[in-house]
Amino acid sequence: MTDSVLQVRPLDGAMPARCAVIEPARLRSVCEAARANHERLVALWGSDETTRGGGYALHLALAQRAGLLWLSVPLPPEHPRYPGIADIFPSANRMQRAAYDLCGIHAQDNPDHRKWLRHRAWPGGVFPLRKGFDSASRFPPSDDRYPFVKVEGEGVHEIPVGPVHAGTIEPGHFRFSIVGEKILRLEERLGYKHKGIEKRFESMTLEEGARLAGRVSGDSTVAFAWAYAMAVEGASGTEAPRRALELRAVLLEIERIANHLGDLGYLGNDVALSFGFFQFWRLKEDLLRLCAALFGHRYLMDLIVPGGIARDLPRGGAEQLLERLDAIRAEVATLKSIYDEHAGAQDRFIMTGQVSADLAEKLGLCGMAGRASGIWRDLRVDYPIQPYQRMAVRMANHTRGDVAARASVRFDELAESARLIQALVAGLSSGDIRVPLDATPGGRRGVGWIEGWRGDVLVALETAEGNRIHRLHPHDPSWQNWPVLERAVTGNIVPDFPLINKSFNLSYSGHDL
Amino acid sequence: MYQLLKQIAKTGIVTEPAPNPDENLRQLGQRLSEQVLRHFGRALAIRHVDAGSCNGCELEIHAANSPYYNLEGLGIKFVASPRHADLLLVTGPVSRNMEVALRRTYDATPEPKLVVAIGDCGCDGGIFGENYASCGRVANVIPVDVAVPGCPPSPTAILQGILTAVSASRLRA
Ligand code: SF4
Repeated sequence: MTDSVLQVRPLDGAMPARCAVIEPARLRSVCEAARANHERLVALWGSDETTRGGGYALHLALAQRAGLLWLSVPLPPEHPRYPGIADIFPSANRMQRAAYDLCGIHAQDNPDHRKWLRHRAWPGGVFPLRKGFDSASRFPPSDDRYPFVKVEGEGVHEIPVGPVHAGTIEPGHFRFSIVGEKILRLEERLGYKHKGIEKRFESMTLEEGARLAGRVSGDSTVAFAWAYAMAVEGASGTEAPRRALELRAVLLEIERIANHLGDLGYLGNDVALSFGFFQFWRLKEDLLRLCAALFGHRYLMDLIVPGGIARDLPRGGAEQLLERLDAIRAEVATLKSIYDEHAGAQDRFIMTGQVSADLAEKLGLCGMAGRASGIWRDLRVDYPIQPYQRMAVRMANHTRGDVAARASVRFDELAESARLIQALVAGLSSGDIRVPLDATPGGRRGVGWIEGWRGDVLVALETAEGNRIHRLHPHDPSWQNWPVLERAVTGNIVPDFPLINKSFNLSYSGHDL
Repeated sequence: MYQLLKQIAKTGIVTEPAPNPDENLRQLGQRLSEQVLRHFGRALAIRHVDAGSCNGCELEIHAANSPYYNLEGLGIKFVASPRHADLLLVTGPVSRNMEVALRRTYDATPEPKLVVAIGDCGCDGGIFGENYASCGRVANVIPVDVAVPGCPPSPTAILQGILTAVSASRLRA
């Protein structure tokens, strides 16, 4: 896509980002050109502009070589509709359906028109993200019929699982079509945790929203809080101090390590290597306790705020962190060789839940799982912001795309994050950790885009008068990766589903909003 | 194998003592008899239901299963079906899309049963509150015996909530 065709304007903020407005009639050709150019669809959402003299709007975020492009497509107030793009970007399917459920904007010529986030909480024809919708509205539980795709054939059985699962897992519904033990098809149904997060943002000030951003997906609280802060800082023209940016990166890499430790433990547990679970979870617990001691919160919630960070690293904290990371690095190296040499574990990991590079590219697999399938993208490398600019982050890369590859990427990233934290802490700038936010008028835009442990997290913000939020879309990479999980399990046996699922470890809350 | 055994030996036993019950967490008077409680005290089967959390509370339930806390050593185990459960551990504000599933799980749990609501969201709806998609606190949907605040509450606090639920209430004693 060339700029001569699109009228683009740069957006202020830490990430290279631009925005453009296009007519619905041009949407498909613009998307086709983007696809041909290997650009990626990061997010798609809708908004209600009727209170600002418009109709509705469709928004798309595309990852271009130069940075993020935020495309807005104005739609009329009557029958807002646009040509669907799910055939160009398959990951758009569920996002288009969610945009309809919430905003009532309709993707034409999309073969899949089933509801997605709407279950029984509100009836069809009612759209919670419209400005006239009162967020306190209650509706009698509506009918919740949902037509799953039927697989026909001799000996084909269906197994429905969930929404409530055995074990501590978030709720979602999985419908397996199987022959014997073999999975022919998996169909997911998500949206059970939808709790009105986007509507809730619109009742908050820019300062208040930070806490909510940190609770879109608790396991990625740092990534979302940073993306949120970056979006607000961009919209308000605020620059966080250097020391704050360095400490944000320390927190983000701690979050990556903590999650990878937990997942590596569970991957061991799922192949009857409970030794691995106990060892990794002991290391994780040690790290969480240190976080509580140094920063006042085990998961580092509410530390990143627009304008900087809320709390500095205490005196002596750097030494404790370095010591802990040394211990984790050494023990993880030992555990890695135990995993690598454990025939039973390797037997279950290798060639299980495989996603080829071609399929990954086609469906838009991203983040950590993408890097295990030959999709070597990482915001810290592709668009390094401060302080990553001077860190030369080494990107994990693998090609086999199986459970073993996703475990291997986690091991590599864990070691790299420890190296980054050590370098950051050793060269920490002095000075302030927070600057006040300037008053922000309405109609300003900001984007935050951060490589969380699972993948890239996006926050797209448009402000309203009085330091408030007109529309905020938080996007978790699970949107892209959930549909790929359906394909990853095809041809595998049912008992391997928990292992494959864990190897992706996708967020329900971050997706259901 | 040698490396594995060496690592186990090097780690040793890391389990810490369990917390005491805290009567302040109790929402309803103890409904169960001493006899039942004595039985639960020896073997307690827990079913976790995520009714709409941000998944932060789940992180701490997972952490409570780490070797530092040794739930199994206290006779507590997580079970796969509500039909085998004595106690439901419920996280999150209850999303309206999970309301029916939570009620059904509660109904499927045999009497006598206990419910512990986890986290600020479980206690009062937390930052999400009540809205078109959220019923707010767990007690708005099913009876809650003990509620554990925190965002998220630590594994020790969760454990304390569970132990409070199965301890005899001071009011009854
Ligand atoms: S209490 Fe906090 S951590 Fe737990 S679900 Fe609510 S927001 Fe998440």
